[in-house]
Amino acid sequence: MTKKQKKMLVRIVSAALLYALALLLPLPEIAKLILFITAYLIVAWNVLFKAVRNIGNGQVFDENFLMAVASLGAFALGEHSEAVAVMLFYQVGEWFQDYAVNRSRRSVSSLMDLRPDYANIETEDGLEQVDPEEIEAGTVIVIKPGERIPLDGTVISGSSRIDTSALTGESVPRMVKEGEEVISGCINESGLLHVRVTKEFEESTVSRILDLVENSAEKKSKSEAFITKFAKYYTPAVVLSALALAVLPPLFTGIGQLEVWKMWIYRALTFLVISCPCALVLSVPLSFFGGIGGASRKGILIKGGNYLEALCQVKVLAMDKTGTLTEGSFSVQDTVPEEGFSAAEVLLYAAAAESYSDHPIAASLKEAAGEHRPEANDIEETAGHGVKAIVDGKEVLVGNRKLFDKYGVPCKEAENDLGTVVYVAVNRQYAGYILIADTIKKEAKEAVAALKREGIRETVLLSGDNKRTAEAVCRELGIDACEAELLPGDKVTALEKRMAGCGENEKLAFVGDGINDAPVLMRADVGIAMGALGSDAAIEAADIVLMDDNVTKIAEAIRIARKTNRIVYENIWFAIGVKVLVLILSALGFTNMWWAVFADVGVAFLCVLNAMRCLKA
Amino acid sequence: MKKTFKIEVDCAACAAKVENIVKEIEGVEDATVSFMTQKLSIKAPEEKMAGIVEEAVKRVAKADPDTIIYVK
Repeated sequence: MTKKQKKMLVRIVSAALLYALALLLPLPEIAKLILFITAYLIVAWNVLFKAVRNIGNGQVFDENFLMAVASLGAFALGEHSEAVAVMLFYQVGEWFQDYAVNRSRRSVSSLMDLRPDYANIETEDGLEQVDPEEIEAGTVIVIKPGERIPLDGTVISGSSRIDTSALTGESVPRMVKEGEEVISGCINESGLLHVRVTKEFEESTVSRILDLVENSAEKKSKSEAFITKFAKYYTPAVVLSALALAVLPPLFTGIGQLEVWKMWIYRALTFLVISCPCALVLSVPLSFFGGIGGASRKGILIKGGNYLEALCQVKVLAMDKTGTLTEGSFSVQDTVPEEGFSAAEVLLYAAAAESYSDHPIAASLKEAAGEHRPEANDIEETAGHGVKAIVDGKEVLVGNRKLFDKYGVPCKEAENDLGTVVYVAVNRQYAGYILIADTIKKEAKEAVAALKREGIRETVLLSGDNKRTAEAVCRELGIDACEAELLPGDKVTALEKRMAGCGENEKLAFVGDGINDAPVLMRADVGIAMGALGSDAAIEAADIVLMDDNVTKIAEAIRIARKTNRIVYENIWFAIGVKVLVLILSALGFTNMWWAVFADVGVAFLCVLNAMRCLKA
Repeated sequence: MKKTFKIEVDCAACAAKVENIVKEIEGVEDATVSFMTQKLSIKAPEEKMAGIVEEAVKRVAKADPDTIIYVK
């Protein structure tokens, strides 16, 4: 609670006590009136003051003015207790809104509490703490266990566990060792690290993320624009109808009767109580703010309320393959030996023969075979075919069909769509084949199913890879459509074609790893970059950034967007509905000021409570 | 260019009001006030920025005296 809030609370409570005394004690009328007036002044003086001051500035539809007129009018009509109640509850409502806003601001900023306070640099007198903004790229900094990594860099000595949860929402710590990158904002958990800074503070991941989150409030959603516009007309309209209600009916029904005038003025005053639009206007940005805050806690950064809104309308989701649905690195999937050979043997021969090659396929063979490999001599490499080498005194052939045709060694045709097949022969005798492929991420299948559950009508794979591989991935994951063999420029064209096929309120989102997808990310209605930790281009180009490379976060982001939007609409229709209903009932004389207080403060209270749910994504 | 200022604004409707006031100043390309983050950002040509900021402070002080714009 801030100081301001505490003061207001004291005022509210003391006024409420006096009010209760006046209602409950058997006092003479005049004593009651004094208590009411005292309570009223305690709780309302600032509203009255502002009302008077703002009239001087021509602010007629100012809410202070409206509340002052409504409550003073009620006093004048002799409705003392209602006059005090209106003001009392109005202030309670204001106080509660203030409190709620502060709380959600605090809870969002605490999860965005990534800003490092200092960086350690080594000097002759030991470690010195320096402002991270003053450190230049190339400087070596020391990060002790428990400290936040202040700047992006490369580890030059030491190894440690790194807690990335503040950035990615991922609770399992990551291991880093010499030569690996560390990212600012993460916490160094276990070991002492020496890190060479690669980016200055302004360029670092932390600054970029903080910037992005802070600026997200600028991109306002359509519903926010709608509600501010609505408010702009709502208040004057209600105030004018109040005026009409106070004057017109008595003119025709009983111009000389004081009772008739009193009745219609009272009804008009209830209009004024309901005319304040603030709760309605507040609940929309509060919801989006909460939704964006809640999402960032899970490592999903959304650049604005407008994108959160667009995400709800996404019906077609286009995806990149490599790095998004697959790991993006080749590995040995399967080894199928011939009779007389073992799988381990085939793999060892292949890895040994390829031991001097840098090709990604050779790398994956070596990785699968391990460090202990026999020596290979007389290596003869034929580009596009494979390798011939002498291993353990035996001649080994490792390569594709073309190589085997060249040496006249018959081999079995191994059918596989997912990856590359490497054949192995020992002393000109076919020994078996090894299947090497990009691994599909283990959560990818579940992620695609989750997208379907979230109401995505069509999933599309846009891949630069060959058709057979792309189609195999689609089949495996249950993706609806497949466009393969696309050059980077073709992807934009393919995307545009899909976008043209979308209905009016249907949006298309594209998910990519951001490395060479920037134009596609920008072109899509909603561009989602994943695995963006440390990739500046992706953070720049995308509308939504997934900090890690977990595909299931896409469905999660859609779920959060849907929830936020649902809450926004609930609030809008509930608030407008109740207000209009009470306005009609008041005009017809079915209500009193208590109803108006509910329509104003009660609705505000419920809307704010509802909006606060967005934070719990 | 775009410049961002801290702003103290009391309610969401006031934020919308202040946003409109600033938008109407001549030379302003775009302006937003975020009630949640308490920030005012103004997009305008660089050479006009100083004058616009001064005008914004003046107009806002008149129309909504409870709002304070913190000009660095």
